[in-house]
Amino acid sequence: MRGNPDAHELIAPGNLDSVLELLAKEPSEWTPIAGGTEIMVAHAAGRLGAKKLVSLWGIDELRFIKEKEASITIGAGATFRDLRAHPGIGVKLPLLAMAASWIGCIANQSRATLGGNLVNGSPAADSSPALLVYDAEIELASVRGRRRIPYSAFHTGYKRNAMLPDELLFAVHLPLRFAEQRHYLRKVGTRRAMAISKVALAATAWLEDGLVREVRLGAASLAPFPMRLVETEVALLGRALNAESIQLACAALQKEAKPIDDIRSTGAYRKRVAINLLTEFLTALATEGQGR
Amino acid sequence: MSTFPAIRFNVNGEDREVRVAPMKRLLDVLREDLGLTGSKEGCGEGECGSCSVRMNGELVNSCLVPVLQAEGASVQTVEGLAAAGKMHPLQEAFLQCGGAQCGICTPGMLMAATQLLSVNAHPTMTEIREGLAGNLCRCTGFTRIFESVIAATAENREERIEEPAHAR
Amino acid sequence: MLCLNPHAIEAGQTMNTSEKTRIVGAPVLRKEGVQKLLGQALYVDDISREGMIHGATVRSTIPRGLIRSIHYDERIDWDAFTVVTAADIPGKNHIQLIFADQPCLADGVVNHCDEAIVLLAHADKHKLREAMAAVRIEYEALPAVFTIEESERREQIVWGTDNLLKSFLLEKGDVDTVWANAAHVVEGEYRTGAQEHLYIENNGMIAEWSEAEGVTVWGSLQCPYYVHKSLLAVFDLPENKVRVIQTETGGAFGGKEDFPSTLAAHAALLAMKSGKPVKMVYDRMEDLAATTKRHPSRIRHRTALDKNGKLLAMDIDLATDGGAYSTLSSTVLSRATLHSPGPYVCPNVRIRSHAWATNTVPYGAFRGFGAPQGIFAIECHMDEIAVALNMDPVELRRRNFLHDGDTTATEQVMREPVILDQLLERALKESDFYAKREHYARENASSAVKRGMGLAAFYHGAGFTGSGERYLNSIAGLDVTPQGKVRVLVANTEFGQGTNTILSQIAAEAIGIGYEDVEMAPADTRVVPNSGPTVASRTSMVVGKLIERAGLQLVARLREESGLEERYSASEFFAACARYGAAHGEVVSLCRYEAPPNIYWDDKTYRGEAYPAYAWSIHVAQVAVDTNTYSVQVEDFWAVQEVGRILNPILAGGQIEGGIAQAIGYALYEKVILQDGHMVNNQMTNYIMPTAEDVPPIHIFFEEIPFQHGGFGAKGIGELPHDGPAPAILNAIRDATGVGYHAIPLMPEDIFAHFIAHEINVETVSA
Repeated sequence: MRGNPDAHELIAPGNLDSVLELLAKEPSEWTPIAGGTEIMVAHAAGRLGAKKLVSLWGIDELRFIKEKEASITIGAGATFRDLRAHPGIGVKLPLLAMAASWIGCIANQSRATLGGNLVNGSPAADSSPALLVYDAEIELASVRGRRRIPYSAFHTGYKRNAMLPDELLFAVHLPLRFAEQRHYLRKVGTRRAMAISKVALAATAWLEDGLVREVRLGAASLAPFPMRLVETEVALLGRALNAESIQLACAALQKEAKPIDDIRSTGAYRKRVAINLLTEFLTALATEGQGR
Repeated sequence: MSTFPAIRFNVNGEDREVRVAPMKRLLDVLREDLGLTGSKEGCGEGECGSCSVRMNGELVNSCLVPVLQAEGASVQTVEGLAAAGKMHPLQEAFLQCGGAQCGICTPGMLMAATQLLSVNAHPTMTEIREGLAGNLCRCTGFTRIFESVIAATAENREERIEEPAHAR
Repeated sequence: MLCLNPHAIEAGQTMNTSEKTRIVGAPVLRKEGVQKLLGQALYVDDISREGMIHGATVRSTIPRGLIRSIHYDERIDWDAFTVVTAADIPGKNHIQLIFADQPCLADGVVNHCDEAIVLLAHADKHKLREAMAAVRIEYEALPAVFTIEESERREQIVWGTDNLLKSFLLEKGDVDTVWANAAHVVEGEYRTGAQEHLYIENNGMIAEWSEAEGVTVWGSLQCPYYVHKSLLAVFDLPENKVRVIQTETGGAFGGKEDFPSTLAAHAALLAMKSGKPVKMVYDRMEDLAATTKRHPSRIRHRTALDKNGKLLAMDIDLATDGGAYSTLSSTVLSRATLHSPGPYVCPNVRIRSHAWATNTVPYGAFRGFGAPQGIFAIECHMDEIAVALNMDPVELRRRNFLHDGDTTATEQVMREPVILDQLLERALKESDFYAKREHYARENASSAVKRGMGLAAFYHGAGFTGSGERYLNSIAGLDVTPQGKVRVLVANTEFGQGTNTILSQIAAEAIGIGYEDVEMAPADTRVVPNSGPTVASRTSMVVGKLIERAGLQLVARLREESGLEERYSASEFFAACARYGAAHGEVVSLCRYEAPPNIYWDDKTYRGEAYPAYAWSIHVAQVAVDTNTYSVQVEDFWAVQEVGRILNPILAGGQIEGGIAQAIGYALYEKVILQDGHMVNNQMTNYIMPTAEDVPPIHIFFEEIPFQHGGFGAKGIGELPHDGPAPAILNAIRDATGVGYHAIPLMPEDIFAHFIAHEINVETVSA
């Protein structure tokens, strides 16, 4: 244990308003900590820079899942276990349920929160590809009120996001209109559990009359942050799926993806595997033929 | 230091109170302040699970829980498994089946298995593997740990747990 | 309980080890199992001594260079700290292993990253970390060597006069006369990487020093007397002024064979200087970066065969990377050499082996100790040969297997039964090898996931090589306490593999009392004799035999002197002990090692009986290679082995299963990534071992042929299972994909790189 507990302040006001007031009063001074599965690792490694922490754990206003007719709203404090246990998510947002089941292990899923996963902003974040292809919206809260931004605009750089210093990630809104579309999600890690993603690809798609009417591709570890593969989507839209169009989509992905070499894997491997996963998805899509 | 406010939680059925830095890890509080050395530190990163305890009915890595967040919680450690001088059926099964070799992963493994059986009394082999995937064992290759968990549920089930071929 | 003692044993006669036994062979419960399951077993970090403070180590940040200065920043109140450097060492600044080239603390020069330079102690662990950051060391860097090839080139001499830690030349027949006329000559080069033990309990020690008692250490360790011997030199103390006590140890695998001597010396130096007990427990990052690992290897084979696939000649060039100091590199090289020809008959063999020094953390003992490296190479090479000869790799092996009466590369005659054919048949049958191989060959054409079957055949020499056991000259035995318990007196330690249980079983069986009547004396050098280290798969065979003999010897003495009858109950036995104790003051029965007959070994020519006994095994792996992700999954695994008598089926099974899982990690998951000789993936998030979701079902089958010179017929078992999986897996990958990879760890990125390099069509067909 290389961190010094005495060198950090941790308070737990216990309700959302108090947290927001604190963030407003001393912007950029307080670091929210939810389940701690990232922050406590840094603490143990002696690398926790944040001196003042405010606990979000146990704030029920943040830990909820509300299902409405056209959307599901997930509080930032919902754990991945909460996500897995929710029947609506399992049926209507299956990629998110899958992603939740692939996070770490049971003990991590009990504590890691959706908000924490997004704010931590790793390019390998497990929930991100699914959120991208489901057109998720992020709701941010502050003493000044609430605002929403598309999740695809949330990450602005490597471990940087669009939040203002006095804001807290409050909830994620997910429209349910993708429930009928074709789905795909695959994570490639170092092993089957407890694995940081080397690359992950999520997809939703709708074909009509053999043509691609809608397609969304979300990837982890192909860029400094999780991103939609917009160029690759453009290469597919309006096209019939055949060997040639799949080839063109792969060529677009080849150009668009910019993965790096790091301690876990190589950029070349990540890019090639992403292409293979895309091919796997599109081939299955083409074979299965028509329809949503 | 007694200048810290009290943090109160229940451990193995007993109410406890500590006055320590709120960012002290629950693992260290259990081991150093409460004398419960059963939970172990294997990695400090939430990767090995040897610090696993149950908190409010959920499995957590206690090396990743700041003790302040355990305020008001009900915590169960390996020391709380046996009762009235009798080992828990899982402990008995591990003993009979060879589920413990060096024993360092065992407390955390028992907590993970307890958690698994608390939510799923008749897990399939796939579910057992998933339930224990966050607990690393370097000695057993997991084989006899799986057998121990199965044995602990054996009196409740008729069918053998088959390893699904190619399904994993 | 009434003891059934069916043998009328005379003093000194060895028990017939194929006799039916009550306790040996039974699945009795682990001796210390209950404590472990209750969470009450005390590992070193669970223990505190009164007034104890904590120690920490300041380590080199460069791989090689001179230490120009050590500066202690004024912001720290250094008077509150204990500071130790090489200058504080009362005796010799070296850790005594085989050679004495490794310093206890760096003195003016460092030869690897993370080499220990300064030790600090303080009551507050957090202040210690601040102090560590306040020690500034100035170096004059020297060019460093990081690979076998760089060391071989000798452009920089980083050890001795020529970088060579050790070399061997083993010759049988004359290989050079064979090449010209051989029907086939096949070459191959094979590489293995470093591997970390990843025991879940990190290294740790507690030390105390006093004028009266000398040095006392408690810690996580395999070999109390190795630590004892090292401390004698560092502190210049007589034997009775150093005491080493093993605490419950959370895994070792060889990683706590030599390293604890260094850590014990460090903790004891701080204890001596501070006058307080000192605890030093590494965290995972430090343990991964700074302690020993498995030797990397590069092994080149050149093999001649006749037109029927019979081996004519093997020329093997074997190189290991020993790291910065010699530690155990010479003995690892020896075992690698002796296992590199495989379980085959070959009339002409030449093995040239070299252990090279590099500026990396010294490599050390790890389960298998050179055999996994040697066996990886030969067993991958056999499949390479099979392809070259267009032969079934199974048949190729069958044609060349050793049998009773054959000689090995060291001219050792196989006088004990060799049942490789039988093991092979069983392995093929249990795995349904041929049917599956054929099925997958058809199925793979239309699948993105390619499946295959692969096999490895191997032996593992039990016990120390050649005259090693004679040199160890182990002594072990039993005593009887006034409370009426038989105690096993050994320095051999429990770290999960079952030492406590099997030695108790042997003692109970030999004497004819109950398993519960036997306990283990503490692994404390003040209490137990030096029965040798707990390594080399020697415990059940060598030490077990000593305990067996000591038990029989005790019974014989009691019959002679204390009126013990021919048949007796446990209580009558203990009554006789009480009488014996009254007459002699104590009841002790010790035995010294006796070499089996016909053990002739020449250390210079490497000829003779390399090992007193061999365990034999066949491994079969079924793999699935995903051509979209280039990942390999071991889906199923079978292991058939003959290890002599099975003393305890649960413990024996556990050893095989655990060794296989560990070796699956060695083959596919575990990679030590070094930058300038420093391990940069020194966290469990980045050094990857298989989880419960990654290990295959493991099916194990034992054949038993009791070995008369082993404890109740046992041979060694602990290391055997780590030898086979890596080549079996790579051979299965070859079966699945047509590609024979030659290096481990084999990561998906490596498979992908091969596809790209060979422009393999990476388009896949969906299932």
